[in-house]
Amino acid sequence: MSANTWTIAAARDALRKGDISAVDLTMSCLTAIDAGDGLNAFVHKTPDIALDQARAADLRIKSGDAPAMCGIPLGIKDLFCTKGVPSQAASRILTGFKPEYESTVTSKLFDAGAVMLGKLNMDEFAMGSSNETSCYGNVINPWKVDGRDLTPGGSSGGSAAAVAGDLCLGATGTDTGGSIRQPAAFTGITGIKPTYGRVSRWGVVAFASSLDQAGPMTKSVRDAAIFLTAMSGHDPKDSTSADLAVPDFEAALSGDIRGKKIGIPKEYRMDGMPAEIETLWSDGIAMMRDAGAEIVDISLPHTKYALPAYYVIAPAEASSNLARYDGVRFGHRATLDAGDGITEMYEKTRAEGFGPEVQRRIMVGTYVLSAGFYDAYYNRARRVRALIKRDFDLAFADGIDAILTPATPSSAFGLGEMANADPVQMYLNDVFTVTVNLAGLPGISVPVGLDSKGLPLGLQLIGRPWEEGDLLNAAYVLERAAGFVAKPVKWW
Amino acid sequence: MSIDIATARKVAKLARISVPEADLPALASKLTGILGFMEQLNEVDVTGIEPMTSVTPMRLKRRADVVTDGNIQAQILKNAPDAREGFFAVPKVVE
Repeated sequence: MSANTWTIAAARDALRKGDISAVDLTMSCLTAIDAGDGLNAFVHKTPDIALDQARAADLRIKSGDAPAMCGIPLGIKDLFCTKGVPSQAASRILTGFKPEYESTVTSKLFDAGAVMLGKLNMDEFAMGSSNETSCYGNVINPWKVDGRDLTPGGSSGGSAAAVAGDLCLGATGTDTGGSIRQPAAFTGITGIKPTYGRVSRWGVVAFASSLDQAGPMTKSVRDAAIFLTAMSGHDPKDSTSADLAVPDFEAALSGDIRGKKIGIPKEYRMDGMPAEIETLWSDGIAMMRDAGAEIVDISLPHTKYALPAYYVIAPAEASSNLARYDGVRFGHRATLDAGDGITEMYEKTRAEGFGPEVQRRIMVGTYVLSAGFYDAYYNRARRVRALIKRDFDLAFADGIDAILTPATPSSAFGLGEMANADPVQMYLNDVFTVTVNLAGLPGISVPVGLDSKGLPLGLQLIGRPWEEGDLLNAAYVLERAAGFVAKPVKWW
Repeated sequence: MSIDIATARKVAKLARISVPEADLPALASKLTGILGFMEQLNEVDVTGIEPMTSVTPMRLKRRADVVTDGNIQAQILKNAPDAREGFFAVPKVVE
């Protein structure tokens, strides 16, 4: 098998044994990327940086000083600022922007010897669930079962397609309402959103600061553990990053969950849920029970209010964060007419620079924060958020170790199929994932099976705060029991 | 809550996004739909519940109030759409 199809764990072991060089491993990915333009996943390729980093990694491996990620070729979501390399958050408003600094996450990965292959497509400012709001155009899901082009999910759609299509060994993603877990489920890969504060947000273009977390998207749970260990840790430059030691998450993968209590929340059994999702969930419950876990029915009574609360809080924070795009300090500035003043410059620049979904969310956020509505919408949503978090706190206080739910309400849908739908219809994609962001918890999506059309479906496990190790171990058990090995048939 | 065209125009102005007059009815209707979805929150009894301000109860770190960088004018101006003589340049603000 060509090296670009390997897992991070397999590549690490082969690099250390000298069975392959980081340069050869990187070359196999660069070849796959050039042959993979049909997916539209990589939007800024950085082969020169990749080969320089690979050569340095080879020297480091030879000298015996090689951390786990040393020489591993990765894709980086366009939301991460990378020094001297376009970092546009898939928005026209950041056209031409090349940061003069490096995000903490990419700094940590590069310090560990990882190789950057390029920047990955995404929904504009991470706002979307289908990767159709990008200024670079749609990403296409490597999975194809009929004539249609399917969405890879969003917002980390380029990351998901690149990993599922074997263009790289792993990719960074970010997750504000499900943007790692939903695309992971749609493409048959693994994606974890860590506890809020586990990974530094510094240098990651902000969408909704109290919800955003970065995490890895990988081909296996073990890879997620290795990758997350390298990304995590306290950062003085992010005041919300937690000053907690980072355990070796891979060491937590014992495969033993005997006696652990897995909660099954009844509120996640939605009206109109497809029978296939229902069956997948039941299968997952049986797998955890067979592995010796105790299955406990639980209630998270405020679940149905999570989406409306999210769609108040996230746009409110976005409207504030995106105020910085004004055409003055970086990115796009509209061409002005004679006599235009600074207000016209702001208004024209933002109208040209932001796509329709981003504009809509900025305006919703502006409205819910405006005088007279702040209490009715924003403060009420934050109160409901407190109740959603309390639901989880109570479940964990009752001894629940992890919660098992579906990851998405369906498998991947066709690109363009939601074009005429109400924006709220698209928001429903996040129904199972958004609670986790509101409560700040870690959540992971694991591929568990295929639907009748032959498309991947995932289950989500939700863990206790800061217990990503236990969560990954539960996911590892689920992964082994499910034995999901299907790969998309290459058409691109 | 229904958003009328005047409110849509006002929100666009507050957000500093130019929206052509012809697009305001469609915008008002989309905003009405989204805000209608949020109305569900009124069903929840939030009496005595404090708005959530932080995900994990933790005290923000303090740091010494000292200058930690500087002399990076060129870097700061590097991405500016219009920079002149060491400054960001914008259209005339004051007559």
